[in-house]
This record gives sequence, structure tokens and C-alpha cells, in this order.
Amino acid sequence: MATQHSRSAARMMLAPAVILLLGWMLVPLIMTLLFSFKRYLPLRGGDLGWTGFDNYVRFVTSSAFWPSVQATLVIVLGTLLITVVFGVLLGILLNQPMWGQGVVRILVIAPFFVMPTVTALVWKNMFMDPVNGLFAHLWKFFGAAPVEWISDASLFSIVLIVSWQWLPFATLILLTAIQSLDGEQLEASEMDGAPVLKRFYYIILPHLGRAITIVILIETIFLLSIFAEIFVTTGGAFGSRTLTYLIFQRVLESQNVGLGSAGGVYAIILANIVAIFLMRIVGKNLDA
Amino acid sequence: MARAVTQKRKIINTAAAWAVGLLIFFPILWTILTSFKTEATAVADPPVFLAFDWTLANYHDVLERSNYARFLWNSIFIAGGSTILGLIVGIPAAWSMAFVPSNKTKDILLWMLSTKMLPAVGVLYPIYLIFIKLGLLDSRTGLIIVLMLMNLPIIVWMLYTYFKEIPGEILEAGRMDGAGLKDEILFILTPMAVPGIASTMLLNFILAWNEAFWTLNLTAAKAAPLTAFIASYSSPEGLFFAKLSAASTMAIAPILILGWFSQKQLVSGLTFGAVK
Repeated sequence: MATQHSRSAARMMLAPAVILLLGWMLVPLIMTLLFSFKRYLPLRGGDLGWTGFDNYVRFVTSSAFWPSVQATLVIVLGTLLITVVFGVLLGILLNQPMWGQGVVRILVIAPFFVMPTVTALVWKNMFMDPVNGLFAHLWKFFGAAPVEWISDASLFSIVLIVSWQWLPFATLILLTAIQSLDGEQLEASEMDGAPVLKRFYYIILPHLGRAITIVILIETIFLLSIFAEIFVTTGGAFGSRTLTYLIFQRVLESQNVGLGSAGGVYAIILANIVAIFLMRIVGKNLDA
Repeated sequence: MARAVTQKRKIINTAAAWAVGLLIFFPILWTILTSFKTEATAVADPPVFLAFDWTLANYHDVLERSNYARFLWNSIFIAGGSTILGLIVGIPAAWSMAFVPSNKTKDILLWMLSTKMLPAVGVLYPIYLIFIKLGLLDSRTGLIIVLMLMNLPIIVWMLYTYFKEIPGEILEAGRMDGAGLKDEILFILTPMAVPGIASTMLLNFILAWNEAFWTLNLTAAKAAPLTAFIASYSSPEGLFFAKLSAASTMAIAPILILGWFSQKQLVSGLTFGAVK
């Protein structure tokens, strides 16, 4: 058993990480909270005193707020839907016996390793450009007029780009979960003549429940704060301004720190609601 | 009979999986191909896939014109520095929680995870302000610190998961033989932990290399890494497909190769051990 000596040594070893993370969490958080109750315009007079909940009210009543909530929801839900549905299908496909499984796996995972600014720029220019993009060539080939993706279908474009980025993550986790499925159970049901759809619905899907939940929670946390993909493609224009992007603009572009900080507090609360569910699952796993 | 059916199924599976895999990989492939075209071929109508005169001119141009080496060096320095610093802080922490657990260990682990879930944009201005006050804006040191703190929870979690799998009896035996804490770590634990540490290092290097919120918002000319360099191509005057492709290929190639090696650890690393 651990001695008193090793116990205090262990505490010393843990301390730096805990202190650093505590500082990283608390200092900026307290500053954001303080700023959110102030009228604070660094370029136009600086700190102009306390204003109570004024910023919180102004943030949600500004004309940009509801559209940004809508854009956020479309991007998060759209990407979740695409990545989870195709992730399950791809996971099942990749689990089948085939030649060159390892290579296919690498091809499918690759987008996850591409940096977000490259992803956004490549899609925006080489695929979605209305004159020279591949999509434009494809549309013309079928006799259709090329689409101005970035301006006319901004949200759809961003969902497509972000889904491409996150599909590997969903696929990989769901594939791992499928591989842990009891093969005998599936075989038995196959022998009993259960049709493919029934087998999927009654055996595979229930087994994947936990993995799907984890994919949804982790992706949601990351998707709520996507930034580079919007920064590079639309710059927040054409109705693609998400909550994260709106806060960024308030804080750094228009330098209205009080207002932006109030938005930041909303974003933190929102992320924490999602995080609580994720922590429960992860916590349960620690006990096991 | 049954054998023939499975053989046929295998062929169909293979064809379907390869088709989907190539479709998903296509944007990367297209970028790599375009990087070897001339600017004129890159926008040719109809598009050319393989039958063009391959050229290295774009790589030459990008390297010549844009100080590419500086951005590359910044990326290596920032991603590498934050990973090493994170390991220095994270290894002792994970070690202590894995081998000398207390009743608070689980709470500490979950709390660390919760700091990872704080949206960066919520604390953008405070960090920005602190950076200005400390003279860290547009400095590599500043980014190393921020990225280290950002990824520290993942480092601790991954290492904790690996260390947990090292049997405690080995340590007991070492202690019986009179090994002190230092010997224990240096000669018993470290060799056993090397694979875990290596894959933690790999995944964190990748995450830091690709990080694109703080690197875009806290750098200007001096400390900008490749993420910011590529973003600068989004301005209209930088719109050259072939050069854009060459710059992109150079920025993603090292990570694609590293990613290959890390794919096994990816799942447990990114789900905090919830899926293995």
C-alpha cells in the first residue's frame, strides 16, 4: 500500500497540472464575468463603468442574435445528422470482410488530419467556386447553371465542409463499437432468418446507443465553437454568422467587450449543459 | 454454396468500401494533383485529372515568395513546444493519479475534462488582454502556453488511461528491492510507459498543429503558424489554385503521415477512454 511519503510526493506531482488548469479556467472566466457587467469599449473610452445586466439584455435583443442561434443550430444539427447516419453506415461497411481494409480505413480517416483552414479553403475554391470549382464543372456537364455555393447556400456549404471533417471521427468511433459487437448473436439471428433491416434495428442499433451518444456529445461541444471554417469561407456573411462568430465579432472586430463578454457567458452556459451529459457517461466509465 | 455467396459478398463489400473511401479522400487527392499543375491547367475547362505536364513550379513559387519556412518553423515550434511542455506537466500528474489514487482522483479527472469544454470564444478577450499586458501577443511563447493548457486535459487523460494498465505489483516489487521514487519512475515505469507516452505525444502534436482559433486570433506576422499562413490565401489576390494547392499539400502532408501512425490511439484518446 502507498506510504505517507509516496502520498505526499504524489500530491506534489499532481499540483502543477491542477494549479495551471485552475488558473487557465478561473482567471479568464472571472474576467469575462466582470466585463460582461460593464460598459467596456477599449477603443472608445475604455471602461465606462458598471451597467448591471444591460449587456445580457442587449445581446439577446440585438437583431443579430436570433439569426445567429438559427445558424448555429443548422450547422450543429445538420452536421450531427450527416456524420452520425453516414458514420453508422460506413462503420458497418468497413466492418465487413474485404480486401484492403487497412487502406480504406486510412482513406476514410484522412480528412480528420487536415487543418481546418486548409479544408475550408480547398472546398471554398476548388470545389465551390462558381466559375472554376469542380462542382461548377459538374453542374455544367449536366446542363445546369453553376451554384454560387458560398453566398447562396452558405449554411449548406459550411455543413458540407464540417461534415467532411467530422465524418472520420464518427466513423472511427462507431466502427470501434461495432467491432465489439458479439458476432455469435448476429450469426444466430442470421440463421433464424432475421432480415437485414431487422437485424440492424434490433441488434446493431441498440448496441451502438452509447457510442452514438458519445459521438453526439463530443461533436456538439466542438461544433458549437467552430471558427476557422466560417472565418475562411464566408467571414460570417450570407447568414452564416454563428453564436461563436457573433461573439468574436463583438469582441475583436467592433471592440465592444462588455457586450461580447455577455455573449461569451451565454456560450459557456450552453457548452456546460452539453458537457454535463458527457461527463456523466465518462464518469460512469471510470467506475467500471 | 455458402462459400460462393460469401466470396461474392466480399467482392461487393470491397468495391463499395473502396468507392466510398476514394470519394471521401478525393478532396485531398485533388489538392495534391492540382499542386503539380500549372495555374492554367488548374482551372482548365473541362478539368484535367492525370494527363497534364507535371511541374514542381508551384512548390518553388510558394517557398520562394512567401517565407514558407518561417511559418513551417513556427508550426513545428508551437506544436512541438506545447506538446513537450504538456508532457512535462502531465506525466507526473497522470502518474500520481494512476498509482497513488485518492478518493478525489475521479473528481479531479472529470474537472480537468470540464476545462477542455469551455468554449474558447467565451474567454477570447481576457486572454487577448493578458497577452497584450504581458507582451505575448504574436509571440510563439504565448501560443505554446495557450495550446499546452488547452490540450493538457487530453494529455493527462490519455496518460492516465495508459498508466492504469501497468500492473501495480511491479512497482511494489521495485519498492521491496529498495527502489526510491526517482528510481521507480526512471527505471521501472518509464520503459513500460514509453508506448503510451509516444502516442499521447503524437495525438497532441497533431491537435496543436491543426488548432485554428487561438493561432488565428493571437498572431499577426511574426509568430503565425501554417494555419494562419493558409488562411491568408483566402483574400482574393491570393486566389491561385495551383499555388494554394501546393501550400496546402505542404501544410497537411506531415500530419497525414503522423496521423497514419496515431489512428489506433485516436479513438480512446478523443473519447477520454469512453470508447475503446
